[in-house]
Amino acid sequence: MRELSLHIMDIVENGLSAGADLIQVSIAEDRKENRLRIAVKDNGRGIPQDLLQRVLSPFYTTRTTRRVGLGLSLFREAARRCEGEFHLVSKEGEGTEVSATFRLDHIDLAPLGDMAGSLTSFIMGRPDVDFVYVHELDGKVFRMDTREVKKELDGLPINNPKVIRHLAASIRESVADLKTGADGSAAP
Amino acid sequence: MAKLTIEDLKKLRESARKSTALREGETTVKITVHMGTCGIAAGAREVMDALLEEMAEADRQDIRVVTSGCMGMCSSEPNVTVEARDQDPVVYQHMDRNKMRQVFKRHVLLGEAQTDFALARIK
Repeated sequence: MRELSLHIMDIVENGLSAGADLIQVSIAEDRKENRLRIAVKDNGRGIPQDLLQRVLSPFYTTRTTRRVGLGLSLFREAARRCEGEFHLVSKEGEGTEVSATFRLDHIDLAPLGDMAGSLTSFIMGRPDVDFVYVHELDGKVFRMDTREVKKELDGLPINNPKVIRHLAASIRESVADLKTGADGSAAP
Repeated sequence: MAKLTIEDLKKLRESARKSTALREGETTVKITVHMGTCGIAAGAREVMDALLEEMAEADRQDIRVVTSGCMGMCSSEPNVTVEARDQDPVVYQHMDRNKMRQVFKRHVLLGEAQTDFALARIK
């Protein structure tokens, strides 16, 4: 797909369909090791062991509107295309984790895309679900946890349009700060 | 470790409290932005962004924005459904930032459905 964020959103949607109320997206870029790792973990109903191989097929889907489910297989192909690995771990009743690695400077690696906009769209649409976003670059980490944001908002709904816009801008800024090396920690 | 600044959130909370009533009122218009992967690939994030800008300006507690997954009409994405009280729901297709603003200003705020952009009116 055009952007890695599209793959990630696909997997997040899988988690939401599985009834998750906590979804953790982590992105780790390590320029020294030349690796990118993306992981999406949910606490949904999980996948039965006997289906674990089947779900990776593009022709397997739980959707009733069509017979094709491309999210997992396309993500796996993207990882393989970039000399990476793909892992799917799931436990019924506990949740699922999908992770993929990529060679960071691979010519076929799609850009990450607008993770802030993507995530905040989910937060907007599903204020009942909590999201954790961790973005690591060469050891520096940015972390956003909607549970903390909600606590800080103290009753103001997280899906208030002003809040969502501000949250998206904050995330974009903080992730950009990781790249420039500026320290984005809270002002004293 | 870089974090979302607490100061920003506090300021936001204060400014939002001043300008909007806290009490949950009735919803008079519900806007659904379809954010399945097909929608997102076609540009639903930008449409959502434009909508949120308009919402922030309009500052109306009775307008609700929700997201939904794919509704099966992928080739007409981005789709936006507007359900105004006492009106038939309208599904808009091939939306972009400008069309979203127009639909918001004319249909959501003034009640004039923008039939040029509509895919269907649901009876």
